[in-house]
Amino acid sequence: MLIFEHSRPGRRNYSQSPTKPADKSAIPQHMLRKSPVLLPEVSEMDTVRHFTRLSQKNFSIDTEFYPLGSCTMKYNPRACNSLAMLPQFLSRHPLAPEDTGQGFLACMYELQEILKSVTGMAGVSLTPMAGAQGELIGVMMIRAYHEARGDFARTEIIVPDAAHGTNPATAVMCGFKVVEIATDKDGNVDLEALKAAVGPQTAGLMLTNPSTLGVFEKNVAEMSRVVHQAGGLLYYDGANLNAVLGKVKPGDMGFDVIHINLHKTFSTPHGGGGPGSAPVGVAERLLPFMPIPIVAKEGETYRWITEKDKPQSIGRLSAHMGNAGVLLRAYIYVRLLGVEGMHRISEYATLNANYLMAELRKVGFQIAYDNRRASHEFIVTLKDIKDNTGVTAMNLAKRLLDKGYHAPTTYFPLLVPECLLIEPAETESKETLDAFVQSMKEILREIELQPDLVKGAPHSMPVRKLDDVKAARELDLSWKPNA
Amino acid sequence: MPFIPHTKEDVAEMLASIGAKTIEELFDEIPKELISGQLSGVPIGLSEMEITRLMMERAGKDGIYQNFIGAGAYEHHIPAAVWQITTRGEFYSSYTPYQAEASQGTLQLLYEYQTMMASLTGMDVSNASMYDGATALAEAALMAVRSHKTSRRILIPKTVHPVYRQVVRAIVSNQKIEVIELPFCTETGQVLPESLAHSDHGDFAALVIPQPNFFGILEQVDALTDWAHSKNAFAIGVVNPTALALLTPPGEWGSKGADIAVGEGQPLGIPLSSGGPYFGFMACKNDLVRQMPGRIIGRTTDLDNKQGFVLTLQAREQHIRRSKATSNICTNQGLMVTAATIYMSLVGPEGLRRVAAQSHANTLDLVEQLEAIKGVKRMFSGPFFHEAALGLSTSVANVLEELKLKGIVGGLDLREYYPDLGNAVLVCATETKTASDIRNYADAMKHALSS
Repeated sequence: MLIFEHSRPGRRNYSQSPTKPADKSAIPQHMLRKSPVLLPEVSEMDTVRHFTRLSQKNFSIDTEFYPLGSCTMKYNPRACNSLAMLPQFLSRHPLAPEDTGQGFLACMYELQEILKSVTGMAGVSLTPMAGAQGELIGVMMIRAYHEARGDFARTEIIVPDAAHGTNPATAVMCGFKVVEIATDKDGNVDLEALKAAVGPQTAGLMLTNPSTLGVFEKNVAEMSRVVHQAGGLLYYDGANLNAVLGKVKPGDMGFDVIHINLHKTFSTPHGGGGPGSAPVGVAERLLPFMPIPIVAKEGETYRWITEKDKPQSIGRLSAHMGNAGVLLRAYIYVRLLGVEGMHRISEYATLNANYLMAELRKVGFQIAYDNRRASHEFIVTLKDIKDNTGVTAMNLAKRLLDKGYHAPTTYFPLLVPECLLIEPAETESKETLDAFVQSMKEILREIELQPDLVKGAPHSMPVRKLDDVKAARELDLSWKPNA
Repeated sequence: MPFIPHTKEDVAEMLASIGAKTIEELFDEIPKELISGQLSGVPIGLSEMEITRLMMERAGKDGIYQNFIGAGAYEHHIPAAVWQITTRGEFYSSYTPYQAEASQGTLQLLYEYQTMMASLTGMDVSNASMYDGATALAEAALMAVRSHKTSRRILIPKTVHPVYRQVVRAIVSNQKIEVIELPFCTETGQVLPESLAHSDHGDFAALVIPQPNFFGILEQVDALTDWAHSKNAFAIGVVNPTALALLTPPGEWGSKGADIAVGEGQPLGIPLSSGGPYFGFMACKNDLVRQMPGRIIGRTTDLDNKQGFVLTLQAREQHIRRSKATSNICTNQGLMVTAATIYMSLVGPEGLRRVAAQSHANTLDLVEQLEAIKGVKRMFSGPFFHEAALGLSTSVANVLEELKLKGIVGGLDLREYYPDLGNAVLVCATETKTASDIRNYADAMKHALSS
């Protein structure tokens, strides 16, 4: 039932809004709203029940293993949430004077410093509100850098074909032409193709390392040399930073600008699709172009760096300072982990991924790029299974839901047919991984004996397979009272 | 080891299965020269007890003030149930609902949200949110240019939030879209439709219309919308969602209604929290839906013909269309929308109207009491909603400093944004302020101005 279907005219929660109607108004009559507002009229208890029940229809990290590749679904510590929601933090207005927010600003400043340290970059700005916005801001800085040198000929951004869709979409949003380059049979970027693609028109290269194929880009140093020699800059998409945190710093790999998905590596909640947060880090030569605001420390006092301090900044990309509350959660997380914990993230994420890969191989699954180490994730391909039985990667994904697991990422990266991109994250125990392998093994058996059972999955969710085609053809995007 | 459950035995068994001797060996494909040493800038780890102590100290340092600033972020009562339900693990720790069957909770909630926002704005359809109000406006500008096809110019009055204008400029200039700022009448604080009619602005793709505007003033939205349409341009409303409970919604402006409505969703149950996370909303007319960026949820049926919800029109999006997507936006502000949907359900249509009406009445009260003080005058004569610009006889910074000593964050000094206005302060009193709060403020102001 929809919340609107619980509604009864005249029902109200008297304690949740002013008890008496306002006694004055100076709004001209002709400006007043005449049409009703379609909000439900429901009691507080019914509202609580309705949304509690809705929540129970979700899979989540708190309730299920959620091995969604390239999303880093790790445990979100509860302390990060409760401490970020202390009343003083929640009630502070973003435009309140700096001296009423020194505690908050201290956290932000220290977070900037910690992120600089783990990424090897010269400067960090916390403003981007999501990974895709971090990318946009990063590419805008690349553009600003070239233009500040009077070089307007750099119109192309190079993107490997394995990249997230946001990479090419970002480059276009920034006014660049996208040049895609191929991946070789071992999962590395084709170095010869890269050499052929670079030139005086190259603004930069966007790279995810380890790549979305779940392998470390071995030639990264050489790629950096090729792009830099052509006068381009290197962009690091931090989507997979969890795999190498504390092992390799993007700055040491030669990257000029990076974004860090705090909602992945630094365990801020995914929230059903946001809010994310993706600070950007830059090398020395991009410092003047960083987005504002940034926190500075002068003596024992913290203050915002604004356009006055950074006249060449690409400007402001949010109404205030980005997703402050998300940044606080990330700060609390890194303080809980500390320097020892930072190293362990990538170690145990990699251990879990390689173990899971080995165990799935043993029970009969085909691994893509099987000659490589897994990073924090790896790919299973169901191409042979589909050819032999008609069961697809999507069917298997849906069957996993019946077994009580969120599905891995399906059909991404686009290069590998019938693929499942699996990322277990470091917070899962061996027992959980073993139970998952057991369920995957059961599904293999089902594919052999009862393929229709798998093809018709899921069977135990609140709904069965949903009609996407109908959804797009007969658009129904909001509820109508009399429909 | 914080948040890592592995025992020594687990690690040994796992390595044996992999065929590696040490965890270190799993990184053997990374060239040796790239391996970094210690992370010198990261402090040692704290226990939960220690971090709790630290954060309480930091929060204590910041304290709690009586806040009278609005300027795009508004303090409203938030029912306790809003965040208790929103932070349930099933909402808090789930991801974008790619697996629809295992995400019906989030998907149905977003569909309900879209319904509420479409109605509140008077538009046909709403998306599932944007990052914030400023980026929602920038995306609306891009959307208008994509749909308009012949012009790459956007008109934005200077009465639109100054930072929104900066953000729009930063984002759209990448695509060689020109932003033209329109002056306002310093008497009324409004954009005057008659002055627009008398000047030549050439071709443009859209006119942005704020309601209320940055000064809290209500614009002549009907005439502005009709003027934009008479020039074959789109009308983009940038609106306060609380105000929409009282004011004519963008979908009903002028003879045809605005084409796109965007705004900051924060007033709907989101705490101020130093600026974020908030969420932007975006709604539009039916014929523009395929140009809309961001996630959109549709209602459909399952194999048993039972109602269910899915992400739809995904052919617009980056994960399918890559370089040809309507935007690079991927996720949005799902959890904030969860809070807003619960907020709107708890206050209902009458509650939201009362919140809006009381915020307006309180600001009227505040302005009346302040205007009675020597050295304070209203800057503009236009009608206002829940915010007003006041001219002071002395430096605003000094007055605000005095108020702060009494625990009052007294408003926003407009000097940085509108230097021409002189000593001007923007004040706001929402429904959270009592009669005695307002009196205290007025007393403090009187004292500050006489000292």
